[in-house]
Amino acid sequence: MNRRISADALRLAIPALSLTVLLAAVFWLQPRAMSYVGLNLLFNLAVPIALATIAQMLIMSVNDLDLSMGTFVSFVACVTATFLRDAPLVGVLILAGAVAVYSVLGVVIYLRNLPSIVVTLGMSFVWAGLAVLLLPSPGGQAPDWARALMTVKPPLVPMAIVASIAIAIVAHLVVMRSSLGVLIRGVGGNQRSVERAGWSVVATRAAAYGLAGIFAVLAGIALVGLTTSADANIALRYTLLSIAGVILGGGEFIGGRVSPVGAVIGALTLTLAGSFLSFLRISPDWQIGAQGAILIVVLALRLLLRRVEIREKGR
Amino acid sequence: MTGDRRKAVIEVDGAKVSFGAVKALDGVTLSIMPGECVGLVGHNGAGKSTIVSVINGGLTPHQGTVSGDGEVVANYGINAARTRGVRCVFQELSLCPNLSIIENTRIMHRTLGGFGWRKRARQIIEKSLDTVFPNHGIASDKTVGDLSIAERQMVEIAMAFSDAGIAPRLVILDEPTSSLDASLAEQMLDHVRRFVAGGGAVVFISHILHEVLTTASRIVVMKDGRIVAERPAAAFSEHSLVEAMGSVVKGDAHRRRSRDLADAPLALEQSGRGMPFRASRGEIVGLAGLAGHGQTGMLMALHAANSGDWLPRRDPLVTFVAGDRRLNGVFELWSILKNLSIASLDGVASRGVLDAGAEAGRGAEWKRRIEIRTQDMENRILSLSGGNQQKVLFARALSTRAPVVLMDDPMRGVDVGTKQEVYEIVRQEAEAGRTFVWYSTEMEEVCLCDRVYVFREGAVVAELTGEAITEGNILAASFAGTAA
Repeated sequence: MNRRISADALRLAIPALSLTVLLAAVFWLQPRAMSYVGLNLLFNLAVPIALATIAQMLIMSVNDLDLSMGTFVSFVACVTATFLRDAPLVGVLILAGAVAVYSVLGVVIYLRNLPSIVVTLGMSFVWAGLAVLLLPSPGGQAPDWARALMTVKPPLVPMAIVASIAIAIVAHLVVMRSSLGVLIRGVGGNQRSVERAGWSVVATRAAAYGLAGIFAVLAGIALVGLTTSADANIALRYTLLSIAGVILGGGEFIGGRVSPVGAVIGALTLTLAGSFLSFLRISPDWQIGAQGAILIVVLALRLLLRRVEIREKGR
Repeated sequence: MTGDRRKAVIEVDGAKVSFGAVKALDGVTLSIMPGECVGLVGHNGAGKSTIVSVINGGLTPHQGTVSGDGEVVANYGINAARTRGVRCVFQELSLCPNLSIIENTRIMHRTLGGFGWRKRARQIIEKSLDTVFPNHGIASDKTVGDLSIAERQMVEIAMAFSDAGIAPRLVILDEPTSSLDASLAEQMLDHVRRFVAGGGAVVFISHILHEVLTTASRIVVMKDGRIVAERPAAAFSEHSLVEAMGSVVKGDAHRRRSRDLADAPLALEQSGRGMPFRASRGEIVGLAGLAGHGQTGMLMALHAANSGDWLPRRDPLVTFVAGDRRLNGVFELWSILKNLSIASLDGVASRGVLDAGAEAGRGAEWKRRIEIRTQDMENRILSLSGGNQQKVLFARALSTRAPVVLMDDPMRGVDVGTKQEVYEIVRQEAEAGRTFVWYSTEMEEVCLCDRVYVFREGAVVAELTGEAITEGNILAASFAGTAA
């Protein structure tokens, strides 16, 4: 029946392959990483990145881009380390309000026909400012439950892996299997078609942004659970990491083509790339450049495969 | 009207729609009865798409009413139309290419939700595909983007006829057979006849006249936003249909005297499917036919073949006047002057540095020559009216040294006065030896040309010269089955 591997499977194959290759290289360089503790150490910082990547992916699936992801996660981390611990009710209200703001942003961007990059770039300063107001200097403390959740030791498989798989499954169910997910991707693929079927594009966009807000909030909480305290600049690099993760995982900037499983794998790959470069004893000065090089190699590979695919189709 | 006591599925009464100065619909009354197939024909801009949008609820007429089952519907919109069983297959692809067929079915049918919708959607779409196109061989879990064009169209047609709670009662088919081969088209038409026999209603738009004649029970001919003829299909022949589509008045006033260009040197040549394309020096060559039948593709090919690929050429052979001003014409944030001079900066620069004086001088010269109506060329381009913006784009192209000007239906939405001015400029420039390749959807403009190529389905199917350039000949060549 299926002589040709479907395009979607192919899309997932590349990130999975790059993760495997990278993991094999890490194990070869440092065999001691091949253990429960080793794996947990390699991957535990990937959990918040994976959540942020899913959030970014939701925004990208409606053809937008969120440049405030890093500062938003930092802001959430600051709220988590202060209000959510000291006054849980206020903390929850603040976070719920932040998610609502995300939904509103989605509506405003659509109704006013604004470029999402500009709006979210502006919002990034708002979130950064709020974070600094909350925690002018690094501090605060993680709520005990968040700490406990992130340091739990399940048998056989470390927490980081379990969490990543759970995130991938939940995101897959929401984005790929549910009606809402279909609608959100439909808006990214052909907005007019969704409109013509009688759906409200405004509501769909609001839902996509709101969901993204929820995942980003979870990313902030997970991050504080790992680091025990927060800082207004704690997650600034998440903006670019999350975008890179989506692209690495087979997603595209436009057209509603996204893959939640791929996005999680992308986030893991990016985290691992950092460790891999440390194991290679590449000085931190060069690491960002080397990370970029890895990205370019993977994307080039994908472009190559797409060409082959198009040629096959043209026959 | 015909003594029919049944109630129309949808009835549009006196609908008027205008976009700016253009009257897209000028008082159209159309009722569609259950159990009939209404064929809708007309040339470009006749208002077919607009009346379709009104019927499917996508567009509210500025005047007039829409009624369903004999009652006027106050807030007729997309959802009101869908709950009445109005479905539409659009000319351009209206599925989401990134989703699977099943997921697209989910989007089309709002009521399908709830646990297990995938299974229901699969049943619904597969059943419909099997009925309309037996032995189609399309797997319903495939992504739409991976399907061939014909398969996409099949899915789209099947989608319109599928039943998920609300049965389809009126299906609008806008050029549904354009990418289907003959046997698939026949399967679809068979299904349309079955559907109509079962009491459904169909509005059928096609440029293949014999399809319309053999499928429709009644044919409505539109022109310039009005219905000009409405008769049972049996009362029409291909010839009389083409005649009904044509206009009564001929734009002879604008016709240029024919010139002998046989000896003029060749300026452009391009061979593709159909007849080869040729343009001589000083000639105005028209590209005609229905919109979207490969004219723009031809212009693009001409441009690509005659301009530099990576590095700009010092003296390009061709220049381009874009049709969609907003999309690929004007630089919205720039001044009129900058918009004008961008294509010919090498003429007003020395050693890479722009000479502001020379630029302003050239701007003033063109402002006078083509009468751009503005106080100051430094004003923003968007301060001009559409017609004047188009003039600036013309000036941009004409101010280059390129001997050939390609025009992609540039007069869309331009007022009559400006049009006349631009025609005059084109004529002068052609006399001076420039070659124009002019794609136009308007008959009047096509009739200004020295020679016309008529396009159908991506290929040149006819070449008309001089006196042979008439609306009738062009229409006949544009619609399949009637070409000489």
